[in-house]
Amino acid sequence: MAAATPTPTPAIVLIGHGMVGQRYLEALAERGATATHRITVLCEEPRPAYDRVHLTSYFSGSTPEDLSMTPASFMEDHGITLHLDDPAETIDREARTVTSRSGRVFPYDVLVLATGSYPFVPPVPGKDAPGCFVYRTIEDLLAIEEYAKTRTSGAVVGGGLLGLEAAGALQGLGLATRIVEFAPRLMPAQVDEGGGAALLRTIQNMGLTVHTGVGTQEVVTGDDGSVTGMKLSDGSTVSTELVVFSAGVRPRDQLARESGLSVGERGGIAVDAHCRTSDPHVYAIGECALAADGRVYGLVAPGYEMAETAAEDLLGREKEFTGADLSTKLKLLGVDVASFGDAHGATAGSLDVVYSDSRSGVYKKVVVSSEGVLLGGVLVGDADSYGLLRPLTGSVPPVTPEQLVLPAGAGAPVALGPASLPDTAVICSCHNVTKKAITAHATVPEVKKCTKAGTGCGSCLKVIGQLMPPAADKGLCDCFAFTRAELYEIVRTLRVSSYQQLLDSHGREGARGGDGCELCKPTIGSIIASLAPTLGASGYVLDGEQAALQDTNDHFLANMQRNGSYSVVPRIPGGEITPDKLIVIGEVARDFGLYTKITGGQRIDLFGASVDQLPRIWARLVDAGFESGHAYGKALRTVKSCVGQTWCRYGVQDSVRMAIDLELRYRGLRAPHKLKSAVSGCARECAEAQSKDFGVIATASGWNLYVGGNGGATPRHADLLAQDLSDAELIRLIDRFLMFYIRTADRLERTSTWLERLEGGLGHLRDVVVHDSLGLCAELESLMADHVAHYRDEWAETLEDPERLRRFVSFVNAPGAPDPTVKFVPERDQVKPDLTILTLEPVGSLGGTR
Amino acid sequence: MTVELQVDEGWLTVCELSELVPGRGVAALLPDGSQAAVFLDRKGRPYAITNRDPFTGAYVLSRGLLGTAEGRTFVASPLLKQRFDLETGRCLDDEEVAVRTYPVRTAATSV
Ligand code: SRM
Ligand SMILES: Cc1cc2nc3c(=O)[nH]c(=O)nc-3n(C[C@H](O)[C@H](O)[C@H](O)COP(=O)(O)OP(=O)(O)OC[C@H]3O[C@@H](n4cnc5c(N)ncnc54)[C@H](O)[C@@H]3O)c2cc1C
Ligand code: SF4
Ligand code: FES
Repeated sequence: MAAATPTPTPAIVLIGHGMVGQRYLEALAERGATATHRITVLCEEPRPAYDRVHLTSYFSGSTPEDLSMTPASFMEDHGITLHLDDPAETIDREARTVTSRSGRVFPYDVLVLATGSYPFVPPVPGKDAPGCFVYRTIEDLLAIEEYAKTRTSGAVVGGGLLGLEAAGALQGLGLATRIVEFAPRLMPAQVDEGGGAALLRTIQNMGLTVHTGVGTQEVVTGDDGSVTGMKLSDGSTVSTELVVFSAGVRPRDQLARESGLSVGERGGIAVDAHCRTSDPHVYAIGECALAADGRVYGLVAPGYEMAETAAEDLLGREKEFTGADLSTKLKLLGVDVASFGDAHGATAGSLDVVYSDSRSGVYKKVVVSSEGVLLGGVLVGDADSYGLLRPLTGSVPPVTPEQLVLPAGAGAPVALGPASLPDTAVICSCHNVTKKAITAHATVPEVKKCTKAGTGCGSCLKVIGQLMPPAADKGLCDCFAFTRAELYEIVRTLRVSSYQQLLDSHGREGARGGDGCELCKPTIGSIIASLAPTLGASGYVLDGEQAALQDTNDHFLANMQRNGSYSVVPRIPGGEITPDKLIVIGEVARDFGLYTKITGGQRIDLFGASVDQLPRIWARLVDAGFESGHAYGKALRTVKSCVGQTWCRYGVQDSVRMAIDLELRYRGLRAPHKLKSAVSGCARECAEAQSKDFGVIATASGWNLYVGGNGGATPRHADLLAQDLSDAELIRLIDRFLMFYIRTADRLERTSTWLERLEGGLGHLRDVVVHDSLGLCAELESLMADHVAHYRDEWAETLEDPERLRRFVSFVNAPGAPDPTVKFVPERDQVKPDLTILTLEPVGSLGGTR
Repeated sequence: MTVELQVDEGWLTVCELSELVPGRGVAALLPDGSQAAVFLDRKGRPYAITNRDPFTGAYVLSRGLLGTAEGRTFVASPLLKQRFDLETGRCLDDEEVAVRTYPVRTAATSV
């Protein structure tokens, strides 16, 4: 046993409730040690442990609660006493007590130091001026956010990984941001020169200013004493209103130092392989510790390992921490950066294999020994292979080193998948979980729960997903055991035109006769709509039973906004609009008091319409020759265009006309997900066609068709399907492509993910839609011809029918009355939803219990 | 047939049964200024809950889609898709949340 345990329930005092401290408590709880020990935790921060690694996600919407790592009842369930906001001030090792700032004295049998580290601030003049910050705690972020509200520029001192994160955060707060790095490249600790150059280019392209090879000499302040700029070592002065120091961290070893524990020459509480300090009653774990291998680890995974080691040691079990892997994969400013193993090629006789593409900002290097053993590597811009390469480190990979760095599609195909990894490969480095431990489970949630793999930085989740057996139940939802593609075939071949009939005949046993659910109703509504002419069903989405299947937006033919009001987006095919029509849009917005905004899709969105205003707004638009467009609905959205040959000196085809033709042809087409398109007049690609589900780029002799592109959260460049097509060939090919997608894709699967999943990929798609290998093309074309022939303007049609119009009232029992909760307040000369009304408990407190 | 809702003042006629589409809902304004969402399921059974979505505060539950989960009829909020049991008002996706329900009945139309 590591520590003498004189009392029947020995007391453990833990100083520091950060990531590693919490992991230590969990490790004790898992081993039943919380029942046999009295545990007290002293926490300096005002809140229990949270996920510091994902601190920056606070700026993208995570709340401090989301970041919390401490389940609500954890302390209570395990009988642990947690003192927030009360740091330890002194340790008396003779008496074995700890005294906290509030003056309380805590006796211990075992003391655990998990005090983490503090940000190092270089001793430059002005460093404490208002406007100077560090980046370590939630409180730091709150302070930065508050200060940035009234400022327009910021600077980060330090271009390491934390510095880049901080810079991303400042830019996200709307500040013009610069980074000052003393070393000649960014992220000097992780990446080599080539990687640093790729990173620099990408970051500059994002609009950040980067100074490398210069130090900060002074923070310049203005009359009121707050930050106005910085003096750099090259003699220049740059202006900035806010400075974040991110020049490295130092272990918080002061308490240990003062109580006479050994500390390293350059800091860190010295511990042995069992994480014991020079006093056998005291452990140190995490970033404050100087490990037995002489290193201080500034990453969370080694800290967790130390927490486990100290917990095992407490129980007298054998476990050693002798050092850890420094591999990291990060997404900094949206750029993937990863380094693993011997990233700098420090091993004698090692060789590099490098792939570098400065256009796309991709840089990949692997380091191998002369025997071909993979030693490490650096990946910048595309770190997809990290999850595979890291576990392969230390072995001879099954493919050549070149294949490890070449992008997919270049050179020979890489037959390297997670299947090729040995059972002992560590897949999750945060929690040290091997492939074998992962494949013992059948689903990702189960893996997370039982092994903790994937619950740290999350970079291993992709590989974990690939290691899972394909889900046994591919069913669409709890009502249907069939996939969307299977249901499409059932509807088509059995000519089922009623959802209820389909549910009762093909639903899961328990679902038959019921009301279905919110997932399958719109999906099947969409399938029936896209096959309507063939089935002899009504194409109007609000007829009969169809009405009950539509998502709310489709039901009201407009997009619901956060306060229950709607937006209307008049269709503007190809983005081309006459001045008169522009004026009408302005007049409609003015007359109905709507907020207007130019969308990202070359249209104008009118926000804030109440349900009862919708038909009146459409009527005005229809009169002026518009139709209200789909900004909702899993249907065609917009076909963007560049101005093209007609005006542009470079244009080689009339891209506007083609965009209008395509938009009018495919409007109203119901699909598994929304569809977007664009047409560019030449290869300069001003319409961004390669980010669209189907994109068209003009060539001197016709059109190139690209498919499977996507913007959004997981962007994908489209693949070239066919070249130099005539107008007619282009349209025929798009017809086939779209109908094949509609027929075979899953619910909410964009063309990009569908194409990635499609067996045989682009080659197979080309075989089917270009070479007609399945003999389907005639049918696909005729389905599209039906769609085009039967297209109806849903909005105009709704206006014509008084029965249908009856739905557009706020209250069924008070048709003229407006909804008193849909209110607006002014902002920047327009309106925005009045959200305070919605936070009020409704009259008589009739509302929810939330 | 009319659809009636029980409020403090007694039974309130909301609309004709024929105005309800099975699987969907309508909103009704109550005498105290609050709002109810009234639904009809596939079997023709009416339900009523408050119209306010407790997750967003918006008065939109009447515009959600109905469904059945484990034999219970629910409505999915059109905003963030949380589901509410129409009989008990309990949120099926967050056990700490519930919405108020109202007794509801159909009655022969009084002339
Ligand atoms: C209005 C608009 C933002 C703006 O003010 O500019 C917008 C607004 C919405 N977008 Fe978007 N998107 C708008 C352009 C885009 C673009 C840019 C473009 O089309 O060129 C993209 C990236 C391109 C792409 O889709 O590949 C885009 C990617 C998304 C995504 C992510 C899709 C993905 O595959 O990752 C969603 C979520 C979804 O559809 O599931 C989304 C969803 C939404 C929804 C429908 C969210 C919702 O359910 O409430 C928003 C409602 C619109 C409304 O109420 O009127 N929006 N959205 C833009 C409307 C363009 C138009 O005229 O139709
Ligand atoms: C923005 C950011 C991004 C990061 N990204 C990554 C990443 O991607 N991958 C990665 O591996 N690591 C990352 N890290 C590092 C990681 O957060 C740390 O390695 C980890 O938090 C260390 O855990 P710890 O418990 O040792 O220290 P901490 O989490 O810092 O916890 C120490 C706690 O002890 C408290 N304390 C100190 N002294 C006392 C005292 N006397 N009394 C009481 N309490 C005291 C402190 O207030 C603090 O709450 C990142 C860090 C930051 C700031
Ligand atoms: S894509 Fe080509 S034709 Fe179109 S606007 Fe740009 S440069 Fe001109
Ligand atoms: S590697 Fe970080 S969670 Fe698995």
